[in-house]
Amino acid sequence: MSEPALGEQFHDLERQAATLRFGMWIFLVSEILLFAALFTLYAAYRTMFSEDFREGVLHNTFAYGTANLFILLTSSLTASLALYGARRDRRRWTGLMLVATAALGLAFIAVKLTEYGKHVEEGSTPGPWYHYAELPTFGGNRFFTMYWGMTGFHVLHLAAGVLVVSWMAVRAFKGHYTARYHVKLEMGTLYWSLVDLMWIFLWTILYLS
Amino acid sequence: MTAPAEAVPAPLEAPSYLQVESGLWSWLNTRDHKRIGVMFLATVTGMFLIGGCFALALRTELLTPNRTIMDATTYDRMFTLHGVTMVWLFLVPSIPTSFGNFLLPIQLGARDLAFPKLNLMSFYTFVLGAAITFGGMIAGGTDTGWTFYAPYADATPTDVVPVVIGIFTLGMSSIFSGVNFIATTHLMRARGLGWSNLPLFVWTIYGTSVIMVLATPVLGMALALVGLDHALHLGIFNPAVGGDPVLFQHIFWFYSHPAVYIMILPAMGVVIEVVPTFAHRRVSSYVAVAVSTVGIAFVGFLTWGHHMFVSGMSTFDAGVFGIMSMFVAIFSAIKVFTWVGTLYRGHIQVRTPLVYFFGFLFLFVFGGMTGVALATQALDVHWTDTYFVVAHFHFIMVGGSVTAFLAALHYWFPKMFGRLYDERVGMLSATAVFIGFVLTFLTQFLLGNMGMPRRYYSYPPRFQFLHVLSTGGAWLLGGAVLLALGNLLVALRWGEKAPPNPWHSRGFEWLVSSPPPKHNFSTTPRLDFSPYDYSMTEEEARERAGVG
Repeated sequence: MSEPALGEQFHDLERQAATLRFGMWIFLVSEILLFAALFTLYAAYRTMFSEDFREGVLHNTFAYGTANLFILLTSSLTASLALYGARRDRRRWTGLMLVATAALGLAFIAVKLTEYGKHVEEGSTPGPWYHYAELPTFGGNRFFTMYWGMTGFHVLHLAAGVLVVSWMAVRAFKGHYTARYHVKLEMGTLYWSLVDLMWIFLWTILYLS
Repeated sequence: MTAPAEAVPAPLEAPSYLQVESGLWSWLNTRDHKRIGVMFLATVTGMFLIGGCFALALRTELLTPNRTIMDATTYDRMFTLHGVTMVWLFLVPSIPTSFGNFLLPIQLGARDLAFPKLNLMSFYTFVLGAAITFGGMIAGGTDTGWTFYAPYADATPTDVVPVVIGIFTLGMSSIFSGVNFIATTHLMRARGLGWSNLPLFVWTIYGTSVIMVLATPVLGMALALVGLDHALHLGIFNPAVGGDPVLFQHIFWFYSHPAVYIMILPAMGVVIEVVPTFAHRRVSSYVAVAVSTVGIAFVGFLTWGHHMFVSGMSTFDAGVFGIMSMFVAIFSAIKVFTWVGTLYRGHIQVRTPLVYFFGFLFLFVFGGMTGVALATQALDVHWTDTYFVVAHFHFIMVGGSVTAFLAALHYWFPKMFGRLYDERVGMLSATAVFIGFVLTFLTQFLLGNMGMPRRYYSYPPRFQFLHVLSTGGAWLLGGAVLLALGNLLVALRWGEKAPPNPWHSRGFEWLVSSPPPKHNFSTTPRLDFSPYDYSMTEEEARERAGVG
């Protein structure tokens, strides 16, 4: 196992870990505000076109959204288990759990892409491409534009998360995360949990009628 | 408390951060917050000069009621260029990324910021954002103004997208710096340094960082959506397909109003460092300054609606936003009284930074008072989209932020570069900046009140006299800024060597040598006293801090 590097601006590893963890939380707050802008728009348009938004939710495929919810909840579990492994110096376990997390992330993306395919087929596509016969209204267009915007933005975050988690898996197998120092793993799993949390909210407003 | 027993005083003078390494690469690849601060300083100053050139071109065009030197479309693009450059490439990053970067760790007694690599990344993200923005401007430019209001931004034939991507990138740089400053302030303070003796400049950078972290992502999203609207015609803000352009204004101002405090809070932080130093007196109320800083940062999030009184807002909502805006005025007034109260009965030594402060004080109070008037719905309707608004925000943003930026540049110049500049030229240029500024923008208040709309290319001949005065003022202002910068450039090469504490300040940054060594303090200092305590001598302060 390699020695963790102490930055020259710090006096000890504990303080360095605390600072990194704190910085990550601040960054996550910023991420939440990024999504908050979209949620605000969604709320405003839902107020303006409440009937069409209710219809839009009904026309979404509940099964896809819910399958993805379970996939992501499970991935948060495996991410936490990876952290559990690192705290006990079990490098193989940590690595495997991170691989599982990344695989579940890919499964989410696969389901999402399938669902997008369905939307393209039926014409519930955003903005000028919208030609959904079952809901041919401005409100329907607004709903699916928001839907594509929000889920698309989320899936970009998730894809970034998959890259981060895969990178962490490699590091874990190499033994970079020890019981004494594994703050970067903690930061990565925090980010992953945020992406998961976002989906819980998106699922609620886009799939639950 | 007794001074810690330091057996050995400061050993041999460590080489300064400027000398410790040499060569271009040692700068481009540095992690040192001081070098990154200097690189930011050079970059934002360059942006300021470029934005200033656009301003002078605009003012020159406005010398005559019709065409003078450019056609109408060029004029529209030019004022957008001016606004975008000044707001996003200069004012928002100006003081935090340069002086904040340089001073925050020193004032906290730390060796560096919490995340030095992130700091460097913030710099390069900024450079990339600036390059994309300028690239977009040169390739086609846009004519929406710096506010990108929908639905015009969706429909304009000019190219909005690259400019929007550039500003989005700049926002990422803001967030990186904000996260870094917040984490550093919380976790990197020296022994004895708590929230009640934190230098007040740190308080303002902290408040600014909170705004950067919370508001910038919302702007980023608003601009990303406008970009998507323009490129893909999604119509998110386009009423032709059911979108709502007023929603854009809400989201835009949710950032862009707090952004005003990103610009002015650090300026207030500079002032509160400058005033006690040249009055040789402790700040009249530390708590009042700290609380009003946090107060402005907080209330700033609840006032965005006062930009939208004519966008179809109910009288009640407008009243609420108006009242919230007045709170900002109350906190600002507390600050004004503490600055003036600090001067009262001080041993005032008039130097260039203090001359800038005198200008700042007048301009800030004047700009602030007109802001209160503008936040009153009945008056605002008359002044909306006139030169009155332009003059108001230039008083705050230029009169406030730019004079404070120049004050900071002169105040910390000896610390950053270890040289003294010519005081006479410094004071002359500070006075000229003030006169030029007043001439440029006081006339615009009058023009606005007479009904001159903002962003117009042509105007009725009866306005010409005031326009000519304003243009003359702008040229004077431009010349004065060049004189000030020239003076500093000369000092950089030929200036007298600066002692560690040329102003005899008690601020913590003056405990280290000028320019500071790479790790700021040779030993970890103990900062358990106030940086504004003039009852101690300089030697006592140094001894107490344990820096020899």
